[in-house]
Order: sequence, then structure tokens, then C-alpha cells
Amino acid sequence: MKKLHRRSFLKGGLAGGAAIAAVGTSKHAEAAGSFGGYPDSMGVLVDLTKCVGCRTCEAACNKEQGLPAPDKSFDDPSVFEEKREGGLPRRTTEKAYTVVQKYDVPGREHPLFRKVQCNHCNEPACLTSCFVNAYKKTPEGAVMYDHTVCVGCRTCMVACPFYIPAYSYSSAINPVVKKCIMCYDTRLKFGKPPACVEACPQEVMTFGKRKDLLKMAHQRISDKPGAYVDHVYGETEVGGTAWMYLSDVPFDKIGYDTHLGDQPIISYVKEFLTIVPMVLTIWPALFTGFHLLSNRKEALKNEDTKS
Amino acid sequence: MNSLQSQGFAPIVSHLKKDGSEWTVKEKLLLGLSPKEYWAVQLRNPFNWVLWVIYAVGLPILVGRFIYGLGWVTHSSYDYPWGLFLGWGLFTMVPLSASGFMMGTTVELFGRKDFKPLERLGLLNGLLGYLFAVMFLQVDLGQPWRLIYPMFVSLGPAAVLFLVAWHVATYLSCQVAELVPAFAEWMNFPKAKQFIKKIVLGLTVAGIILSTLHQGALGALFTYAPGKVHPLWYSSSFQWFQFFVSAVFAGLSMLIVVSTLSKWFMRWRCDETYLNNLSKLTLGLAKGASLALITYLVIRIIGIAHDNDWQYLATGWGAWFMFEMVVGVILPLIFYTMAVRNSNASLARFSAFLAVFGLALNRLNTALITFNWQLYQEIPHWREVVIVVTVYATYIVVYRAILARMPILYTWKENK
Repeated sequence: MKKLHRRSFLKGGLAGGAAIAAVGTSKHAEAAGSFGGYPDSMGVLVDLTKCVGCRTCEAACNKEQGLPAPDKSFDDPSVFEEKREGGLPRRTTEKAYTVVQKYDVPGREHPLFRKVQCNHCNEPACLTSCFVNAYKKTPEGAVMYDHTVCVGCRTCMVACPFYIPAYSYSSAINPVVKKCIMCYDTRLKFGKPPACVEACPQEVMTFGKRKDLLKMAHQRISDKPGAYVDHVYGETEVGGTAWMYLSDVPFDKIGYDTHLGDQPIISYVKEFLTIVPMVLTIWPALFTGFHLLSNRKEALKNEDTKS
Repeated sequence: MNSLQSQGFAPIVSHLKKDGSEWTVKEKLLLGLSPKEYWAVQLRNPFNWVLWVIYAVGLPILVGRFIYGLGWVTHSSYDYPWGLFLGWGLFTMVPLSASGFMMGTTVELFGRKDFKPLERLGLLNGLLGYLFAVMFLQVDLGQPWRLIYPMFVSLGPAAVLFLVAWHVATYLSCQVAELVPAFAEWMNFPKAKQFIKKIVLGLTVAGIILSTLHQGALGALFTYAPGKVHPLWYSSSFQWFQFFVSAVFAGLSMLIVVSTLSKWFMRWRCDETYLNNLSKLTLGLAKGASLALITYLVIRIIGIAHDNDWQYLATGWGAWFMFEMVVGVILPLIFYTMAVRNSNASLARFSAFLAVFGLALNRLNTALITFNWQLYQEIPHWREVVIVVTVYATYIVVYRAILARMPILYTWKENK
């Protein structure tokens, strides 16, 4: 983790002071788990009302990340009708880091299209659940994954509240987690927006500093009363995410989990984590004490025979 | 072997043969039989026929998992990253193996020497359960050869699984050490036994600490998925405690189950002390298990009250929850209590089977059945089931082989 950070620090050419502060906070975050996010991290605001479902973003992602060719071409709209188990819409896979879903909303003129990819949480569940530290939240906002240390326990997939990480089960020799990295290596690191954002012909997505995007989102809601639901999805969900969404349809009607709460996932695990040092420190004395108590009579007897 | 004993066969109990010469290791491995007799016995045993069928089907599939990858043996689900390998192999096997630390605590720490005839069986049940939980984990991990990465290569100490990995590893070594005396007697290494005797209290206390934490940690792993596990099986405050307390009754119940099975099927290997004390000790274990069961029942109810999950009881999931609680917790609790009151060891044994079933149901419910309750139900791939059966069969084979040889069910007679 340290090595990776130093490298990205040097290459990225970040201001030294800011980076040191960031290292400090990241360590603090792992220990205590109350991390509000890097101050100048980047994000993307997705305006779902503008999306027409052209899937240009999917194609751009596929190209940028060097993913295998899709089963159906990117201009084939029949993929929207595909269902996975349980009649659920298609999701991210090892071959597609982003997918667009279609929702037919009663009373709405057009279907609503929803782009799904990693939301790049401020305090990611995948990161906090990983026992080999394979995940890293960069100060730029991306949640990175290091495939060279991954053991393949897939706890991150269990922990992710958005069902994002996929796994290359088909590989016997080198199966790894596959997920969106916000084009960190090729673009974000150099201050450029992710490929999907740049490719979108409808300008559905806005790339910028997360804090600026939040202001912009609330501005849009108040500028056009009634045009949006008064909620920015991702502002507070599981501690806040880098990708945030505006919609004209209530979020629970279009597949968003609105019961995630504002706490990062790690906060649910903390109740256990706090008992760990207590057990480690109290148990030895307590149980050795029990031993001495329960063997008291025998010990007394031994002493008697000695004297 | 039981029938062989009725024909006058006497199993090995000391280093010396009847004529005064020493058994060789090879003879000890063959149970004191000639190779021909040994294989004849193996061939006659109908249980072995079942094992051969399991291996004939299972071994090629197990090998295939490592050649073609997990995708060949599972449904490669992204929504259900964990299947039967962990649901059964880790989350169920580990609590059923809590008997090791329970018996160590009872005998060595609380000084209840009357439980001595069952101590080694409890320790062995613990060691093998953990060992095979690791085997199951190795089948499930995407890159099993990186098992030591969380220890030495890339450390993520804030993760619950990090604690599980370290604790299971250290606890395994702890249990190996606790069983060294049995191995030392059988192999005639008296010094090793003396050394372990000196550190046994330390080992036992270490066992309690490690067990409290990793049994609890297996529960805490699910607190990473607050929205995915059904609320009736989820409690961020008490999950670790529920998993720990249920491991206590599960370990004791599993010990009753294996002691019963060995009394039935390996009577030839049990000595008088073991057979004469078993009913009394079974009732002792039953008493402990019933205390753990009532604690568990109360903490499950408190968990529901704490999160105010009462409304779910009226749903279909609620009915399934009630089934688990009644059959897997309340009935064993009642039967154990009746058994203790009426000194009825058979009832305690029946209750133990029920409690083991209840524990397995709880773990599978948490890890698989109610997991993703808002999405859909994942049914494991048939190859996944075959591998679980194969690895579990190996667990039984190893278990039986050790019981037949080392002084677990009988006391070793030292040379005079």
C-alpha cells in the first residue's frame, strides 16, 4: 500500500503537503472508519433525465480498458431486454465495467436509462473488507484494485452494497476482480475525465471536483422545480460516493437501493472490531484467574503436603 | 473390525506385542494385522464401498476445478460470491469444531479431570474440522497458492477476514500442539509429551482467545453485508456473539455425535474407561450445551428486538426463521434439559444430532439461503455439491484413520 502510494505521489506530481495530509487521513480512515473523503477528490454527476440509452459509454469503456469484444454489438438495443437470474436487469461483469439499464416507468414519455458502474465510494466497503489491502482510494477519488496481491476470497463482492465487482471465474490460473477504476491509469491521474464521460454525446455526465458537483446538482434541482426528484443519490449513501445521480423518477423505482443509509459499510463492522482488543487483553488474565480459582483446593492440598 | 474383535482380535494399546517384542511403525499403521488381513477388512466394509463411489465421481471433478477454474464447478455468480464451499466448509465446519477449545477449557483450565476420556476426541474433532475448513477454503479461493499473502505479503489488518486468517492459522498450530501427546505416545516420543504438558495451560488460554475471536469474526464477516442478509439473520451488534455462542453448543453437540458414532462403529477401538464413562459424560456435555442454547436463544431474540425486526416474523422468511429456531434451537434445548433431568443419554444423543442440524441450517441460512433475499435464490451447481461431498468424505476418512490408530478413544499403556 505504501509503495503504491509513493509511486502515484511521484508520478501524479501532487503537492507534497496535500499528499502527506492524504496519507495521514487514509491511515486514520482504516483504523477508525470515519473518513469523509479526500477534500479535492473528483467525481461524476450523472443526469439520468438526459440519457437516451445509446451505449456509447459502454463502447468507450470497452476500448479504453481493453476488454474483450461483447457478445452483442454496442448499437444493439436488444441487450436492454436481457435478464439475469431472478428477472433482474443485466449488471457489470468481468467483460463490462459499465452497463446501461432500461426502465419503463409508467406515465413517463420515454423509458429511463440508467448507467451502472463502480460508484467509487468515499469509504469503500471493498477496501475496508479486504484482508490483503488490494484496494486503495486515491486522492483523485478512484477506488483502485491491485490484482497482484488478490487471493480471491471475494469478500469485496459480498461487501459491495452496489453489487459492482465481478470476478473472472473462467480463469483457473489468474482469476481476478474486474471493476471500473474510473480510468485512473490512463486518464484520471492526468486530470482527464473517464472515457465514458468524454464519449457521451448527450452530455449526461459532468466530471469535476466532487464538492463542486454537489453544488451544481442542488442548483439544478432548485433551478427547475419539479424536473428532478429532490435528492442527489450518492451525496450521503454509504458515506458518500464519487459518482452521483439526478433523476426525475424516484430512485427506488429505477433499481437504486434507497435503504443503504448514510453510514459507510465499515461502521456496521466496528461493533465487532472494538471487542477484538478487549478479548485479547482481558481473556488471558480472566481465564488464568478462573484456572487458579477452580484449582484452589488442589493447590492448597499440595502446599499442605509440602510443609 | 467390530466383528473381528468378537473373534478374538485385540487392537494395539502399547508398544509391546504379546510376545514382548516391539510393534514396528508399519505394523502399527496396519492396526496389528497382516497386510492381507488389513485389506480384506477394508474390502469387507460397506462404508468403504460408498467412499469409492464418491471418489470415483468426485476426484475427477475436484481435479477439474483446478484445471478449468471455479467457473467450471460453480455458477460463477457475481451476486453470490460465496457458495457451498464456504457456506458449508467454513461457516458450518468451524463452529462444529469448537469442541477442541471447549474440552481443553473444561479439563485443563477448570480442572474437570472427569472429562479426560473425551478430551482427546474433542481436540481431534477440533483439529480436523479446522484443517478441512482450510481445505474447503483452498478449493474456494480464486488463487489458493496465495493463501499466505495476508500473513506475509500484503497485510490488511483492519479487515475481519485478516483476523480469521491469522487466528485459524495460529489456532491450528495450537491444536496440533495439544494433540502431540497422543501422537507422542503412539510413536514412543516421551519427551515431546513432557514438553507439551508444561505449556498446556498457555495453549488452552490461547485457544479460548483465538476461538472467541474467530468464531465471532465469522459472524462479523456478514456485518459487511447489512442489506444483503435477511434482517432476521442479521444483527450488526450481536452477530459475532450469536456466532460465538452457537459455536459453543455446536461444538459440544458435535462431540456427542462423533462419540456416539465411534461407540457404534468403532467399538473395537474404544477401551473400557471410554465406554463406561460415555453416558455420564454425554449428559455432562448436554448440560453445557443446554446452557449455551438458552443463551443463544435469548441473544437471537434480543437481536430482533434491538433492530425492531418483529414485522418480518409474519412473512414467509419469518416462518422459515421460526422453523430454524424451533427445530434447531428450542427442541434440542428441551430434549437436552429432559435428558439431563432424567439421566437419559440416548435422548441427549438424539438432541445432539438435532442441534448440529440446527447449527448447519443457521449458517447456510446466513451465508446462502437468506443472503440476497431481495434478489433471487441461488441453487449451487451440481459439481459444487459433488466437491463438497468429496472433501467431506476425505475428512471422514482421515478422522477414522486417526481414531483407529492413535490413543484417542483408548488409553495408551506405557511400557513398564
